[in-house]
Formats: sequence, C-alpha cells, structure tokens
Amino acid sequence: MEVKFNVRRYDPESTDAVSHFQEYQMDMDDSSTVLDGLIRIREEVDGTLSLRCSCRSAICGSCAVRVNGEAGLACNTKIIDVLSEDGNTITVEPAGNLPVIKDLVVDFQPFWEKIRAVEPWLQPEGEVPETEYLAPDEDMLHLAGVVSCILCGACVSDCTVMEVDSNFLGPAALAKSYRFVGDPRDDSAQQRFKTLNEYGGVWDCTRCMKCVEVCPKGVAPMDRIMALREQVMEAGYTNTNGARHANEFINSVKHSGWLDEKKLVIKSFGIFNIKAMIGLIPLAIRSQRVGKVPPIFHKNIPGVENVRRIFEKVESKK
Amino acid sequence: MLDHDILIIGAGLAGMRAALSAKELGADVAVVSKVHPVRSHSNAAQGGINAALTDRGDDWRDHAYDTIKGSDFLGDQDAIALMCQEAGSEVIAMEHMGAIFNRDEDGKLGTRAFGGQREARTFFVADFTGQALLHVLYEQILKAGALVYEEWFVLSLIVRDGKCGGAVMMDIRSGRIEVVRAKAVILAAGGLGRVFEPSTNALICTGDGMSLGYRVGASLMDMEMVQYHPTTLKGSGVLISEAARGEGAYLLNSDNDRFMLKYAPEFKELASRDVVSRCEQTEINEGRGLDGCVLLDVRHLGEKYISERLSQIRELAMDFANVDMVKEPVPIMPGMHYQMGGVAANVDGETGVPGLYAAGEVACVSVHGGNRLGANSLLDTLVFGRRSGVHAAEMVKSTQHLSVDDSAADDDKKNIQKLLANDKNESFGQIRLDMGTAMKEHFGVFRDENGMREGIEKIESVKKRAEDVYVADKGSIFNTNLLFTLELGFMLECAESIAVSAATRTESRGAHTRTDLPDRDDANWLKHILVSQDEDGEQELSYKDVVITDWEPVVRQY
Repeated sequence: MEVKFNVRRYDPESTDAVSHFQEYQMDMDDSSTVLDGLIRIREEVDGTLSLRCSCRSAICGSCAVRVNGEAGLACNTKIIDVLSEDGNTITVEPAGNLPVIKDLVVDFQPFWEKIRAVEPWLQPEGEVPETEYLAPDEDMLHLAGVVSCILCGACVSDCTVMEVDSNFLGPAALAKSYRFVGDPRDDSAQQRFKTLNEYGGVWDCTRCMKCVEVCPKGVAPMDRIMALREQVMEAGYTNTNGARHANEFINSVKHSGWLDEKKLVIKSFGIFNIKAMIGLIPLAIRSQRVGKVPPIFHKNIPGVENVRRIFEKVESKK
Repeated sequence: MLDHDILIIGAGLAGMRAALSAKELGADVAVVSKVHPVRSHSNAAQGGINAALTDRGDDWRDHAYDTIKGSDFLGDQDAIALMCQEAGSEVIAMEHMGAIFNRDEDGKLGTRAFGGQREARTFFVADFTGQALLHVLYEQILKAGALVYEEWFVLSLIVRDGKCGGAVMMDIRSGRIEVVRAKAVILAAGGLGRVFEPSTNALICTGDGMSLGYRVGASLMDMEMVQYHPTTLKGSGVLISEAARGEGAYLLNSDNDRFMLKYAPEFKELASRDVVSRCEQTEINEGRGLDGCVLLDVRHLGEKYISERLSQIRELAMDFANVDMVKEPVPIMPGMHYQMGGVAANVDGETGVPGLYAAGEVACVSVHGGNRLGANSLLDTLVFGRRSGVHAAEMVKSTQHLSVDDSAADDDKKNIQKLLANDKNESFGQIRLDMGTAMKEHFGVFRDENGMREGIEKIESVKKRAEDVYVADKGSIFNTNLLFTLELGFMLECAESIAVSAATRTESRGAHTRTDLPDRDDANWLKHILVSQDEDGEQELSYKDVVITDWEPVVRQY
C-alpha cells in the first residue's frame, strides 16, 4: 500500500529555522502502524528525522504525536485507519501545547512540572502497618483505570484550555491527582482539594471532551476532573465561580424545570462582584443584537413537579 | 565537570530503587537515563512480581526451589535464596509507597498463578504491573527530590588503575558532553533485546550497560542464556503476558489440540518459559502450526473476567493483531524477550571492577541461570537495586574521588567527530537488522554447532560493516541518528559475547538448547561462562562453578 507521510519538520540548528512539511512516499503493509512508517523513514530514507519512541506497544508513552491534527500514540495508530480518502496521505505533527525541540520531539518540561505540582505521591498518615494496607479490591480496580495513564501527553496536546491558558494544571496532572484523592490509603485529600480549588485547578476545564477522545488508554481525564469537582464541593469549597455555577444550575432546573440563564450568570459571579457585572454588559448587548436574550420573567415549565421528583429520586439514592 | 557520590545509569525499577535506598542513607545520588524515567522498559512487565509471603502460608524455600528448577540448576542458589527471602518485604514496601495491587476479598494483596511455580505467588496490578510499579518509584523519586539527568546518554565509564570513578555522558537535548566524577557507578541500564530481530523489547534496550561494563574490564556472564517468551503476537512480535496462561489460557495447535498436555502433563501451559517455547517451536516445525504460529485461547474465561484481569492485552491483541480475544484465539509465537546473562555481579551488586555496581537485567547475579521464571524479573530489579544502592552508599562514605578531569571525555569526543565525518555509506538501520536476523536464525530457540559457527561469521562481517557506518544527521540537538549508531556499537559487542558463550557451552540447559547436543551435562557444565576483555582488547573466556547449597540438580520435568 502506497502511503504519503506528510511530516512536520523543524531543525533548530538550520540557518532558516522554520517549521515546514516534508513528504515521504512509503510502501507499507496493511497491518502497519504510523510508528512503523516513521521508523522506516528514519532508518531507510532520512536519518535526520527525530522522534521519541520506544516500546511499540502503547505502554511507555513516548510517541504521542498529532496524526491528521489529532493527538494519539503513533505506535497504536494503524495506517489504514487514518488514511485520507483521496490521496492516501497521513499528516504527522508534533504534540501540541508544548514547545517543539526538533521535528516531532517536544519539550515535556512544562508537562512534568504540572505533574509535580499535584504532589503525585501517596501521603498516608498514622502508623505504617507491618504488612500491607488493607483496601477493597473494587477501590483498587477503580483506581487501576487511572493508574493505567502512561503520561504520554496526548490529552495535554489537544486540551483546548491549555491552548489559551498555560496556567491550567491540565487533564494529565488532574487525573493523577484524582488517583490519590480516590485512594483509601491517602490522607491528604483536604490539602489536595485546597490546591485543586485554586486558579488553574478543576474549575478551569471547559468540558470539551477532547482529552477523553484522544486518550489512548481510556483514562477519561475529564470524567476524573468532574468527579474531583464534586468532591471539592462536598469538602466545603463552594465559594468559587465554578461551584456557584454548578449549584445554581441545579437549583434553577430543580425549581423551574429549566435553566434561568440570567440568574445563573449573576449567581456564578456573585451579584456584588461589580467588576464582573460590568464586564457582562457587552455580552448582554451582543446577545440582544442577535435575539438571544432570555425572557425577563423565568416561568416554570409545565409538569415541573415531575422534574422535581427526578431530583428527589436521585438525591435519595446518593 | 559534574560531581556526585553515586551515579546510577538507568532509571527503570533497578535504578530508581537503588537511588532511593542510597539517598535514604544520605549519599549524594544522581540518576542518568537516556529516556525520561517513566519511559523505561520496566513498563513492559505485565504479569506481576513473585513473593512467598509467610502469612499466606507460602514459604520462600518453595519459591527458591521453583526458581532453581526454572534456571535448570544454573542459578546460584545462595543468591536465589536471598532474593526469595527479601521478596516479601520488597512487595510490601512497594505497596506502602503507593502501588495499588489487585486485592483478595479481605482487602489484602491478591495473587495469580504464573509459569513454573507450584504456588500462586504472583502479586499484580491488572496486567500492567511493571508500569504501575515504575510510576510509583518515579513518584517516590519526585518526593525525595532525587536528581535525574533526563535524556542524557552515557558514552563511556571512567576507569583509573582498574577502579571506576565516573562516566562521560551527553545531553541529548544540546549535544553537550560532560564528565561526571563519582565514587560509585551503578549500572541499571536494562537489557539488550534489540540485538535480536524481532524482540519484545523496547527500542531503547540496546545492551548499553553490558557493553559499557565490558569495555572497562567487567565480565559478562551467562550471555548464552537468552529467553524466548512463549506468547508474542504474530507479525508485530508484541508481548502477550504470561498472565493470560496464569489466568487459564490454553495453547492450541492446528489440530485444535492442547499440545502442552502431552509435553508437560503436570504444569501444562504453565511450564517454564524455555520449555513452553520449545514445545511451540516443535509443533510449528513438525507442521502443526498455523503460518509459523500456534494459538492462545482465553475464550472460556469469559468477557467480564478478561476485561478485569487482562484488559491491556485484550487491547494489544485488538490493536496489533486485529483479534478480539473474547471472541477468537490469538496467533502467537515464541519471541526473544529477556537476557538472563549480563554483567557478573554479587548479591550487593559489586562487579569485578571496584566502584562499579550492576543491578537488574543488565546484571547477572545469577538468579535466573538458564531460564528466568515469569514475574521474577521485577523482583530481581527491586531486591538487587535496593541492595546495590545500600552497599554503594556505605562504600562511598570511606572513599575518595579518583583523580578525574574534563580530559576524560576526549576519546568520546574524538570518536563522535570521527563518526560524523564518515563518508556517505550504509547507516545503522540495515546493519542492525542484519545482526538481529542473524542472531535470531543462529541463536534462537534451537541451536547447533554449524549454525552457531555460521552465526559468528555473520556477526563478524556485520561488525566490519559497522566500522564505516554513516551518520546522516550532523546536528547537535536531539541527534537520534547519532545515538542509534552509538547503540549499534554496544549491541554488536553484546551479540559477540552471546555468540561466543553459546558456541562454548557444549550441552543443552535452560534456554540454550542444542539439537546436536540435546542432553544436560551436569558433570562438565554446572558452571557459568564469563566473557571479558583483557588490556589489549582481546576477548577472554573464564568459568565459575555454580553455587549449590541445599538443592542437588535433578532431572527437570514439568
């Protein structure tokens, strides 16, 4: 099968160091992966191509790149699944949201700094038992779903928040934090919640789902972030825009059967937050112009009592 | 020039365990690794880690005997006994550090069965135990604030008057070459799988540590003992954990027969790896294979069980062989997996070169002898990693730095300049492939005199070609082309020592099976073969008797 690899190159040492695409025409087996192709390019065609890769079986996390614009591991991405329909082309670029060092190699230093920032080690208190800590198997099985994160950075590459806000801890570090919060042996949850509740923490995720889509190990970082939000609020951290937003969302739907958007915005920021309220004026004007201003009086929907019953049922099950 | 008490080369389980234990004792420790620690190949260990815990009614002596029998009586029994005695505390230590481990109904650590053992004593984290443990040790390295030179490549060891006093290394990101002075150097650089093609090993497993040690006078021991894992995926050669058979998988031939019932009536699919690989190869050679493979069947375990205990390998089979194990059997074949041999070291990691230690796959203690039991490799890395760190930390307290300066890097700098100046010619890729293919053909599951002689000739000719190898990338920043070329040099030395050792052992034992000499010869060969280099660079062979304590060699049956 003839495949055209369109690879983004960057040589920091060349006199005109700008990134550009280079094409490699390769004859590949139907069962080949994108990594097979890249390895053959660097071994047979162009030794100057640099990329990180090692295990070839989706466990070391070295070879996260963007294939056709989306992050993933080159080693478990089959060529046949990502070929363009027209010209048998595959575009390979370095992972996003991290500075490029050379070709497909990016600087992971910012990534590791964020992992380190969540203090990713078990912090038990009290006396260490002589044998193992006792822990229910189902808790451990649940954690295994997060421990299986290989820190490849695919989620960080495609995180839509990190693209605009480098302060965000990001999906990988937050999932790592969840792994300790959810560990029955760890006694530092209160301290962890405090950090997670701060700027750059759990409230900065926009729930775009991108990290869930691109994660090659099914870790579902966004789901972990949402679970952390709940726990942070349960721990009493309700005085943030995010927590107020979540609470008002529930209140509104529970009360009227649908969302009162005006109230949601005001409650999330806080009515006495004059600066934020003034900041909202341009938005209100723009909404007015396109006819998207919610009605002045927020009426209950017909049959609202049914909605309330759903809430009661869910709450009684908690 | 950089200065440390202890420099540890490699940041897998052995290296990080060594670093933690040495740091705990107050030593100034630095770890250097050519990849970030969590990219290390310890990741690939899927099935688990063995330990005989007394509160489970198990006994370290039983574990020791299974290991000795597994080694085909080539393992040193004093070292094996020590490893098995310390196994429990290492597993518990990992649990205390944060490893999750699957549990039993009481919330205690649960076990699964593994090959060549009479008890289920393998502790595990689903089927990614190595990754789970590796990440936990990395977490502890962060917690301890231990220094790691990430993505630095070690070029050579520094030896003065027969003593090791540091290393020369290159920052991959900048190409900068630095001399590190150290009172102790611990090799924890892993295995050499890439010497063979194909191999289950990661691309980074290029025998660097073995070769670095060999070049400064350390001996390589048991190098002929190369493990072929019984279950690697057709085509890609990707590893399918022994956990599959531990959980009850069958091996089937083209007649749909569970052929292991015939060869190993007691242990069946869970006989030792060397045994199962030979049986598979025999079935294939005698025409009962399917396209060079046999089948691994887990369908009878059911989807729920498979997804709870074997989720990663189910994914691997889907990703790399297009097979859903829940629905159909997977074609598998024996594949090169592990090097039992390595830098000869004692139970404290000391090699024959003062100041130089070795632990983990790079070392040969020898606890695996002719064949390693599944789930003993993680144990080996932790026990001997920790012990090396402790011994080195004590040693450096009363040791002075050797007189080393920046000129120690001159030879490496010259060598690299020479490589970069080579005319356009063959590059490393084809040379490595030819070496790997020759090694597989002549030093595979079955060997014989003529084949091995031919193999040695091929390695010699490949080595000649490598002298004029061409490096296309002339840059300083992340020049992986140069690194692969340097690795090729390491691999060729390892290949030679494997070939020479194999041709020397005139018997069949463990993974070393000769069709022309099919019997084990205890009268002459209860000894290790050591390969070393004399001062003029000439290869020397020597021998060391196997240490036998309580367990006399008997005929090995499963």
